[in-house]
Amino acid sequence: MSDGHGTNGGYEAVIGLEIHVQLKTNTKMFCSCAVTFGEEPNTRVCPICLGHPGSLPVTNERAVEYATRIALALDCAIAPHTIFHRKNYFYPDLPKGYQISQYDLPLGVGGHLDVELEDGSTHRVGITRVHMEEDAGKLVHAGGATGRIHGADYSLVDFNRGGTPLVEIVTEPDIRSSEQARSFLNQLKNLIEHLGVSDVNMEEGSLRCDANVSVRRPGEPLGTKTELKNMNSFRFLARGLEAEIERQLSDLEAGEAVRQATVHFDPSTGSISVLRSKEEAHDYRYFPEPDLVPIVLDQAFIEKQRAELPELPAARKERLIEQYALSAYDAGVLAGSRSLGDYFERVAAEGDAKLAANWVMGDFSAYLNAQGLAVEESRVAPEDLAELLELIADGTISGKLAKDVFAAMAESGQKPGRIVEERGLGQISDETALEAIVAGIVEANPSAATEYRSGNKKVMGFFVGQVMKETKGRANPQLANSLIRKALEG
Amino acid sequence: MISREEVEHVARLARLHLDEEALERMGSELSQIIDYVQQIGELDLAGVEPTAHAVALTNVFRKDETWEGLSQEEALRNAPNAEAGHFAVPRMG
Repeated sequence: MSDGHGTNGGYEAVIGLEIHVQLKTNTKMFCSCAVTFGEEPNTRVCPICLGHPGSLPVTNERAVEYATRIALALDCAIAPHTIFHRKNYFYPDLPKGYQISQYDLPLGVGGHLDVELEDGSTHRVGITRVHMEEDAGKLVHAGGATGRIHGADYSLVDFNRGGTPLVEIVTEPDIRSSEQARSFLNQLKNLIEHLGVSDVNMEEGSLRCDANVSVRRPGEPLGTKTELKNMNSFRFLARGLEAEIERQLSDLEAGEAVRQATVHFDPSTGSISVLRSKEEAHDYRYFPEPDLVPIVLDQAFIEKQRAELPELPAARKERLIEQYALSAYDAGVLAGSRSLGDYFERVAAEGDAKLAANWVMGDFSAYLNAQGLAVEESRVAPEDLAELLELIADGTISGKLAKDVFAAMAESGQKPGRIVEERGLGQISDETALEAIVAGIVEANPSAATEYRSGNKKVMGFFVGQVMKETKGRANPQLANSLIRKALEG
Repeated sequence: MISREEVEHVARLARLHLDEEALERMGSELSQIIDYVQQIGELDLAGVEPTAHAVALTNVFRKDETWEGLSQEEALRNAPNAEAGHFAVPRMG
């Protein structure tokens, strides 16, 4: 069985990833059509992205800037001279019969990403190249029973997505397990999320991942690889890789060689299907795109883009530890997502950072997970959570009650102060009022009081419980404790 | 001279079905084109930098500002088949 961790029966997996990231520009890569989602089909199109004869592409300057930032954040060298190529193949989602992409002069080469693994160690994954290209349109397979390509009667094409700026990131074959692949992709996603140049959402397709997979005995040359396509979630990436590694191992065990192929993972069955022979499908006959002039990026441009880089996750983690005295673990979780880190910092700005970290990682994250919400979709604004923590800090409510108030905030979107007031949840810190309640309880429970006085201090808990019951949990616990002790000990 | 296998390969990549007569004709026409282009090999080009473009321009960019493209109706006007706002094409695979 593949355990997702390195070696299997003396074999190890060798994995390289190809990641496509949709850039968050206003317009497409080579025309001024808006990049938007969920529009009516074929309403964000023009003669250029439909490939009409005589139309000419012009490069989107911002897309080049964004792509450069991604390459810089991955420590790539930026090519001083870079050009586009035509990648020729026929498919109905590609109106020109070629995709404008890059070939032997990509934008960035020779970078790396240091990936923090679950066991706390760091694993460096080399970045072979970062290049720019355009996205294809979207195919819907009509007719047939399955909605998939096989069995469809005909296909419908929507070119709204066609021409959307993409950055392709290709890694070295430095990944050895599905778990490493998952950690890498997660941290790459977070890095790009910090750059703010893409939504990097796998489910929505703004982050896509293919994998080159082979197996070998450690130290031996690379085995024959297959290309695993279209894993559209982190879970499927891990499961797809494990299934493909296992398929190759069982081929080898049966004494058969692994054949070069493109393979698909079917999440519903957990199985791998082999698509097509690779040699033929990959004859793309690249040649320089004659409709686009070369791009020459001088040092001033590169330095300007470098200056535009925000604080990146690794630096942010260090700063969170420094600035808020967080543990490395807490800082790692909070810096592990730009939106979560931003949320935390807005809550922590107003009070106790450790308390803020506990709440953001605890109740707040649990609430997002339970509701399937992104941080931005939360009904609890960071200012409101900060206010809640302030109510705990100044003794208005107990930490325990705060959980109920938080649940109410998440439900209604109301301010915590208002919820506390409307529900009468404020903590009773009025000494005279509490004293009267304590006196009544001690009087009503003479035998327990005698027991306490004869030395059984454990009975204290009983009295605290009674006071909380009487006050519906609103008694200030420290005050209640001292008043009970005073009443019992005289 | 371009081989018959090469013509068949290129035809397959272009999703073209060529009958016997067309294969023959294409082979001969493609060979003529390649011979024509190969005349450049007769020139002494030592010391000439390869160029991808005929014009000495670089960095022609567009601002990231949207325009009004085609309407769906205009986009589909030349489509041999359309359905529900989409181009309809023969089934794949």
